[in-house]
Amino acid sequence: MMDPFVTFCLRMGDNALILAQRTGEWCGHAPALEEDIAFANMGLDLIGQTQLWLKLGGEAEGKGRSADDLAFLRTERQFYNCQLVEQPNVDFAHALMRQYLFDAWHLPMLDGLTQSSDERVRAIAAKVIKEVRYHIDRSRDLVIGLGDGTDESRARMQGALDELWPFTADLLSSDAIDDELIARGILPDPAPVIEAFRAETAATFAAARLSVPDTGLTRTGGRNGIHTEHMGFILAEMQYLQRTYPGVSW
Amino acid sequence: MQASLDTVWTWLGEIPDPEIPVISLADLGIIRDVGYDDDRLVVTVTPTYSGCPATSIIALDIETELLKRGAQKVEIRQQLSPAWTTDWISQEGREKLRAFGIAPPAMAAANCAGMLKAQNVACPHCGSEDTENISPRGSTPCKAQFRCRSCMEPFDYFKAI
Repeated sequence: MMDPFVTFCLRMGDNALILAQRTGEWCGHAPALEEDIAFANMGLDLIGQTQLWLKLGGEAEGKGRSADDLAFLRTERQFYNCQLVEQPNVDFAHALMRQYLFDAWHLPMLDGLTQSSDERVRAIAAKVIKEVRYHIDRSRDLVIGLGDGTDESRARMQGALDELWPFTADLLSSDAIDDELIARGILPDPAPVIEAFRAETAATFAAARLSVPDTGLTRTGGRNGIHTEHMGFILAEMQYLQRTYPGVSW
Repeated sequence: MQASLDTVWTWLGEIPDPEIPVISLADLGIIRDVGYDDDRLVVTVTPTYSGCPATSIIALDIETELLKRGAQKVEIRQQLSPAWTTDWISQEGREKLRAFGIAPPAMAAANCAGMLKAQNVACPHCGSEDTENISPRGSTPCKAQFRCRSCMEPFDYFKAI
């Protein structure tokens, strides 16, 4: 088993990295210029956050791997992002709903991490949370506007929620690795994070006139390297250059 | 002969931000410390947004400029904590932003908690506060796009963070 602290850094960094790839796909394709810029810019924030977490993970691991090495030279089973962030864009509704569900977890998680017993984790969380407050400010507004919008926008937002909700189980899950880091005070107690996620999403979906599906379906595994079929395609594109020309730089 | 720290600060006040060249790196509040470590001039810099592409250019610009001004050895150190805030943009920097057509942060970062709606943005062209947000993001992650309902001009707003 990998070192728990390194795994935690990779989980945080991989979430940001893979979501950044998905948001970046909107560059030049979003339904409005303003949203095109917004998605691309948020992708930039997420790449910056990735660099912070993967750099820390690489340093903690002590094998001389840089953030770039970790991003470009690991294989699918070695990525620990939750399955939610790798889900395809499909349409603007799916991309927004994915972003909102992630933000609704990311914000309280980072809030907890600003109290971490690890100084380096505290520093990253305090930096990143400022950016993520702006992320959820936007995604929440749009989920409400489009959910409580036209018949078409509402149907699409509900469809996206139905499809993506099961993946929130992955975001909120915890395992022995988390337990150890919680005991060491590095990670926050999961209960308040889950409670904040539930309160945030309940209020927003009520305002958006959207309903959480009651199927009880859950999807988990991403945090342990088990991914959906979409993940390999993301890596194939993202890692293409380093795999074709190993060690190339400019 | 080593340049005094006051002189170095003056130099840093003359290096433009690569993305918004009307304000200097010192105005932006990202230079956290300047000092000597033996014969090396050490400049400690904090990033604005974690993904800001200007960060590496800024480090290069500082090194190049200080060497050009006569510093013998320059080291740039990155410091993450405390996290940068727009509260550190100097008063002079705010005026320069406004004169350039970018509305400076309208409030202290602690009071907005990332909520764009909480920020009462005045148009940098006509001064009217009757403005509306067009997009939470602008030409860079640090800005949002606004439009003035009085003079009808669009403009960038430097978000409080």
